[in-house]
Amino acid sequence: MELTVLFRGILLLLLVVCAICVNLSGSLLRAVIIFMSYSMIMCILWILMESPDLAITEAAVGAGISGILFLVTLKKVREENDRDER
Amino acid sequence: MLSTLLNNSEEAVAIILFGIGFTMLLFHRNLIRKLIGMNIMDTGTFLFLASMGYITGRKAPIVTNGVMELDAYINPVPAGLVLTGIVVSVSVTAVMLALTVRLYKRYHTLNLDEIYKLSKHQMEDR
Amino acid sequence: MKDKVRKWLYGDWDVLENITDTVEEHDAPREVIKEDRHRVDREIEEKPVTKAIERAEEKGFRFLYGFTAVVSCMALIGLLLYIVANLPLYGQENIRADEVIRRYIESGLKETGALNIVAGMILDYRAFDTLGESHVLFTALICAAVLLRIDGKNMRPDYEDYYTISRDRYFDIGEDSVLHRAGGFLLPCILVFGIYVLLNGQLSPGGGFSGGAVLGAGLILFSAAFGFQTADRFFTQKLLNRITFAALTFYSFAKGYVFFTGANGIDSHIPKGTWGAILSGGLILPLDIAVGMVVACTMFGFYSLFRRGNIGGR
Repeated sequence: MELTVLFRGILLLLLVVCAICVNLSGSLLRAVIIFMSYSMIMCILWILMESPDLAITEAAVGAGISGILFLVTLKKVREENDRDER
Repeated sequence: MLSTLLNNSEEAVAIILFGIGFTMLLFHRNLIRKLIGMNIMDTGTFLFLASMGYITGRKAPIVTNGVMELDAYINPVPAGLVLTGIVVSVSVTAVMLALTVRLYKRYHTLNLDEIYKLSKHQMEDR
Repeated sequence: MKDKVRKWLYGDWDVLENITDTVEEHDAPREVIKEDRHRVDREIEEKPVTKAIERAEEKGFRFLYGFTAVVSCMALIGLLLYIVANLPLYGQENIRADEVIRRYIESGLKETGALNIVAGMILDYRAFDTLGESHVLFTALICAAVLLRIDGKNMRPDYEDYYTISRDRYFDIGEDSVLHRAGGFLLPCILVFGIYVLLNGQLSPGGGFSGGAVLGAGLILFSAAFGFQTADRFFTQKLLNRITFAALTFYSFAKGYVFFTGANGIDSHIPKGTWGAILSGGLILPLDIAVGMVVACTMFGFYSLFRRGNIGGR
């Protein structure tokens, strides 16, 4: 198999794994951090699909600003562990 | 059919991500998890849309060396659509998080069932 | 009359001034809400009939909801995967959508003057979409400000969580040495990179949105690392208002002029420049700067609203 196809396959698999981990994770803080890493993997996928504009925007917005907004909301709400509030 | 699915792996994964986001939106009762699910749905849609524009063997749509043939660049239209979409997605997330903060200040819980129960009883009291 | 116009322009006009029969509703203090919740739970427990009915209702509803949700999710994913299996193969050329793409790629450089075809497309051929999208960002900022804003009226001592609000609001990280050093080293690089991406929108990957997002992230790092007092010195609310207003108005009028002349077949006399230079592409560079300013101010505004309830310092 070609190296590009293998690389792309691994990245797509990692994407699905990250999404499932966000679903099943325990505390909210962990979920937000895994969500930020999911956004970074998406950024690499955009580069592989030859769209560099989308890569820069997704890196700055998805992992940077959206993640920070979630963390700041968690600070305002002050309930990071929702094991009893599923 | 399975071989087409394997070849269109990007679109299939985009659909699976959409499905995962949708289930997060339906199943969890915590408001912030619902928002994360909505964000995952958004990114899955963008992946699907932008993978429609990729053509193997061609380069990014930036004119280099004066080459302006049609068969040297990928399709630029989906990239433009997704660029707008990403920024709109973060705006919607920000407004929803503001709503979540206000709901928390009013009811002191992030659980949707409790909010519903409390608001129902408050309405009855009035 | 002039007084009224000036009051409206600067935002001092109170809409509800002469209306006195509305009841102001405030959120109750935290103890009252928690007490309310316990009281509701106790009430449900004390009446056995109500408790049994509610419990049965909840269980039945929860089962039905779970079942329907699982079935509909599986159906949705299955249907969409079936459609994906019938799509054309990934990476093939779409022959039916040829005309539009042919026009964009082959006459893109000649008609817009931009080397980056995507930037030329979203700021010249499809500039109306970008105009609407900038307005969406601005509207989102206003919505978040309406929901989260803390000003003189909200900060009364008997309002709920007065002390936690004031503690939360002025909670700065303080003299954190890691953030100071990292910020001092990274901030010039981020800001310069953001300006570079913004200005080179038509020559290389980048453009208004990307550059604005990077600049916004840089401003967030600045206000997080060095405190809000330092950021307040140059980033006030009036500045943000004026920047956003000027950027959106300039975009609307410039693009309105181009639409008008383009629809009536008149030449619009905007120089395209030589391709490859920075000052090329006609109106693309000023529009890039306008969109980038709106995006950067909006991102910083969101962060500032969440942290302390107002957009810039007073």
